[in-house]
Amino acid sequence: MKNVLLICSKEMRSYFASPIAYAVLGLFAFLFGGLVFYPTVKELSQFAIQAQMQGQPMNLNDQVIRPLLGFASTISLFVLPLITMRLFAEEKRSGTMELLLTSPVRDIEIILGKWIGAMLLYMSMLAMSMLNIMFLFFWGKPDWKPVLVAYLGLILQGGCLLAIGAFISSLTRSQIVAGGATFFVCLILWLLSWFTAFSSSLATQVINYLSIVTHFENFGKGVIDLKDVIFYLSLIFFALFITSRSMESLRWRS
Amino acid sequence: MIKVEGLTKRYARTIAVDNISFEVDKGQIVGFLGPNGAGKTTTMRVLTCFLPPTSGTANVAGFDVLEHPLEVKRRIGYLPETPPLYPEMEVDEYLNFAGKLKGIPTSTIKARIDDVTQKCALGDVRKKLIGKLSKGYRQRVGIAQAIIHNPDVLILDEPTSGLDPKQIIEIRTLLKALAGDHTIILSTHILSEVEHSCERVIIISQGKLAAIDSVANLTNRLRGSEAVALEVESAQGQPAEGDVQMRLEQVPGVSRVVAKTPRDGRLVFEVESLQGRHIRGDLARTVVQAGWNLNELRSVGLSLEEIFLQLTAAEQKDSKQDDQKSGQKKVAEGEKKS
Repeated sequence: MKNVLLICSKEMRSYFASPIAYAVLGLFAFLFGGLVFYPTVKELSQFAIQAQMQGQPMNLNDQVIRPLLGFASTISLFVLPLITMRLFAEEKRSGTMELLLTSPVRDIEIILGKWIGAMLLYMSMLAMSMLNIMFLFFWGKPDWKPVLVAYLGLILQGGCLLAIGAFISSLTRSQIVAGGATFFVCLILWLLSWFTAFSSSLATQVINYLSIVTHFENFGKGVIDLKDVIFYLSLIFFALFITSRSMESLRWRS
Repeated sequence: MIKVEGLTKRYARTIAVDNISFEVDKGQIVGFLGPNGAGKTTTMRVLTCFLPPTSGTANVAGFDVLEHPLEVKRRIGYLPETPPLYPEMEVDEYLNFAGKLKGIPTSTIKARIDDVTQKCALGDVRKKLIGKLSKGYRQRVGIAQAIIHNPDVLILDEPTSGLDPKQIIEIRTLLKALAGDHTIILSTHILSEVEHSCERVIIISQGKLAAIDSVANLTNRLRGSEAVALEVESAQGQPAEGDVQMRLEQVPGVSRVVAKTPRDGRLVFEVESLQGRHIRGDLARTVVQAGWNLNELRSVGLSLEEIFLQLTAAEQKDSKQDDQKSGQKKVAEGEKKS
């Protein structure tokens, strides 16, 4: 456990000592705040008028926060590769992997440390969107519990993608390749959720179930479904497990 | 302290290390010598649990590298060929990370950093970013990282490469100071390096063990012999090259005569003496007494590196001849049987 924390804090330091953390945070703040939050809030007044004409108070949760966090989930798909691309690729390229692998540390401690480090950066990225959401709490009275559930969903979904990204990064020495491949995987996942939206054959149902994005939908609605939680947790476990296999094969293949 | 038995490491197609066995006692400095690609790094990586051996065993401080890798890693300090440094960290910060990674408790880590920075003369750069340091300093940070947890065994892969002569001498003194408490294996392809800092030498070439000897013996063996370049005039094929070579080989004290490509009307030979024999006078006398014109006779200063190369090359040749001989034997045996 001590080693996990040690490697995790080292990862955090590397993120913030390099431009990556700032690029990730800045990009997310710009995309979420500038392209999503601002236009939505601008239309908020119109929503409010419409809602009053229909004679019922506007539901901030359903009409504003839910789509907003849905966008946050989509945006994070495209920012995550930036976080994971260097995790293992950079250590392999610069030879520092040799330091980690010849120190009295278990492989799994290295992997967990790196993954948790990436999670912390991802969570600080999500925290920036919380700033925006906080404004809505000043203006209206949205229910805070569904918001919390949606954030839990975002964290779980991000955890999956970060674990997959970590695995991809452990396969190569090049950050560019790792980032590109992870981006590709995220893109496919995003597109899958689009394709499957318009058909309901058995095949699409299977694909739909496997798509990381669709499992977020329930969380977005404020519903914690055990099925989704188990899906995410088992995927995280699986991805981290194959990462450890990949690290071991590093020793055999050298 | 280190015991390697029948170690073999095979990559997909190539055998990097082929059936190597050796032992290193506690407190010794051992040089691992061989041309590039001989399998030095692979052997070291097996000892540090970075690579598992294909077959054979390696034992460090009583622990097997496959069965108790964590115990082995705790007792080993390793400096890979490229020092494993994080350019975005300060020297102190890096040593703190490396130290904790190797299990030094927080209470003593500061004292350890003070100690190793002082030993490796890093006092001036402790607050500098590693990325901004020169190659020599980086190498020393790498060594500091390897000794920070006071390991029983220190494994250094080409510790002096890329350093200037003054720094090389400093590293040598450092290594000598570390020996005794630590068992040190260092690899290099520079012979004089070994001569200066090691007690014993393990020479490997093409993955095979070529020699294990004390440095004194090895240098005597290599230094004692003399090499002479000799040129004899030859007009219209007289004297014939074979005649001259035969006559030269008969001179007492000569171990080897190599005929070089003749230059218009001049035969060129390279003659090597046995250990401790002076042959130039005898050579000159032999040529003149045979009635040939001696054009040139000059001592060739073979560098240690060249001798070493010859040594490893010769052993390869020997093994090939052995193979052929045994092949012929088998053929002969086969004939007998039939």
